[in-house]
Amino acid sequence: MKLSSLLVWCVLIFSGAAMAKEAAPMAADLEVEKRMVAISEELRCLVCQNESLSGSHAELAQDLRREIRKMIAEGKTDKEILDFMVDRYGDFVRYRPPMKPTTWLLWGGPFLFLAGGLAALIAFLRRRAKDNAAPLLSDEERRRAATLLDQTKP
Amino acid sequence: MKRFLIPLGVFVVLVAFLAVGLTLNPRDVPSPLKDKPAPAFTLPQLAAAGTSFSPADMKGRVWLLNVWASWCVSCRQEHPLLVAFAKEGKLPVVGLNYKDQEADAKGWLAQFGDPYVLSAVDADGRVGIDYGVYGVPETYVIDKAGMIRMKHTGPITPESLQKQILPLVAELSK
Repeated sequence: MKLSSLLVWCVLIFSGAAMAKEAAPMAADLEVEKRMVAISEELRCLVCQNESLSGSHAELAQDLRREIRKMIAEGKTDKEILDFMVDRYGDFVRYRPPMKPTTWLLWGGPFLFLAGGLAALIAFLRRRAKDNAAPLLSDEERRRAATLLDQTKP
Repeated sequence: MKRFLIPLGVFVVLVAFLAVGLTLNPRDVPSPLKDKPAPAFTLPQLAAAGTSFSPADMKGRVWLLNVWASWCVSCRQEHPLLVAFAKEGKLPVVGLNYKDQEADAKGWLAQFGDPYVLSAVDADGRVGIDYGVYGVPETYVIDKAGMIRMKHTGPITPESLQKQILPLVAELSK
């Protein structure tokens, strides 16, 4: 890429950032901001599902961050704020969904796989140990081999 | 022969999981509001300045709440269906004009037709948050007692209307 076009890109990108209006309330209260970020990091942005609420630029995410700030200002606890989100958007908004019958498989699934893998490994090792313990040739076979070898001697 | 059966079995299970997973719609998040009372609100109406609407006004009727906006592209997709449906007059469709500009919203209805008995104006999206709106258009079926019975995320299709919404409405209207 030519330097001039690179420059144009830089100007475009940074002017875009300068025009964005969401950064305005940042300096208002550092403590509130810190809590807001901590809470919103626990929450999924439903518009772009693989982003957290704290990192998302979606308009809904901005609105929800504004709601969280407001609730912090009202003196709500973190749990109350998380419940507010779950009541509206369901357990799916939480990156760490609660333990309940419908999520048992979700939480327990990895351990089931681990148990399955361990069982397969143990079965494999046992079988190999048994195979190794058995003599390569039975006494009968050994005798036959000896006779055959004797015969080939000059 | 037996030694190939296990990997084959694992492969078949994996394919089955992928086949199901890939046909599911990740946008379809089940709403926790199903079978809960529709959140109350009072909002100005789009067409008539000075008048307001709240869900309590619809008590005793089965109705649809359709969240729409002039900036929403998929709303355009479902709109002809809504207009045709509203003409049948089976049940009232209330619009929730979500985070829109008044002039844009009015122009949009003038251009594409107005299927709504009225549209409530949710300019800052606060009511949308109470309804768990995350992707316009969204449609809620609300029963006579004011309970949300179904939430449909995304544009309504003729299929979803015939197979999901209308049978439910018929049952609720009994």
